[in-house]
Amino acid sequence: MRDHKTPLKKRYDLLLLAALVLVGLGLTAFVLLSRMNSASDGLTVTIRQDNEVVATLPLDEDATYAVQGEDGGTTNLVVIEDGTVHMEEADCPDQLCVKQGKISYAGDSLICLPNRVVVEISGEDEQALDAVAK
Amino acid sequence: MKTRRVAQYGLLIALALVLSYVESLVPAFFAVPGVKLGLTNLVVMVALYRMGDRDAIIINLLRILLVSMTFGNAFSLMYAAAGGLLSGAVMILLKRTGKFKMLTVSIAGGIAHNVGQILIAMVLLGTWRVSYYLLILWWSGLAAGFAIGILSAQVVRRLPESLFNGGQR
Ligand SMILES: [Zn+2]
Repeated sequence: MRDHKTPLKKRYDLLLLAALVLVGLGLTAFVLLSRMNSASDGLTVTIRQDNEVVATLPLDEDATYAVQGEDGGTTNLVVIEDGTVHMEEADCPDQLCVKQGKISYAGDSLICLPNRVVVEISGEDEQALDAVAK
Repeated sequence: MKTRRVAQYGLLIALALVLSYVESLVPAFFAVPGVKLGLTNLVVMVALYRMGDRDAIIINLLRILLVSMTFGNAFSLMYAAAGGLLSGAVMILLKRTGKFKMLTVSIAGGIAHNVGQILIAMVLLGTWRVSYYLLILWWSGLAAGFAIGILSAQVVRRLPESLFNGGQR
């Protein structure tokens, strides 16, 4: 190794690594806290296709939504069940969205890249934030 | 001189291809499909510490093309470009300061790789909520950067001197 363990060099390394770990811990705390605070009722499921909202559904009501492709066929079948959402079926080659399983927290999302479909759960706070962002 | 450089590039690109394949075996690990671990940061590290800044930049661009074309989907180029450019820039700049160890440079590069990908995912998918996955990607980038830092130190030490003795002195 070309590294020389001079005290100065070591201090820079420790500072940078400590900063990186601290930011990581901050992110972790932020996500955990926002999950603890988010009430499980009043959450909304937003389904987007090509960056446009195609459906907004309440998380606490069981429902099935078929996302339609350009040819009119179903590309993704979104199922809301017992306060969770999952992708029941998809015609994408990778099937990663189906494998993502169930989501139930505000901020969680199911993403189907090939079909450009995003299913998100959001709470009231985030809807307000979204409105500000637009 | 020229032949040696071609051999160096060939070796690193072959290594990037192998790493790119290994990385494609674990795609479902991430919540955002198409996002990669950034294992090919290893070849950029080796180029940086064995050949020089300019070679590291060229190797960085080559591995971005390679990763995006070989084992990916339509979004791979965008992810590979965002992750590769950001991590390459961070690693080269940190090394240039001369103030950080190889391991630190690699860890910062690993995190930068994933931050770049999540930023472009936010743009492509039109939602800032993807940023929640920054949490997973931050820690996995740190872990990948740590592993790559240790590995690249080994590779740099063990590569035949005759093949790589032009850049650093
Ligand atoms: Zn899918």
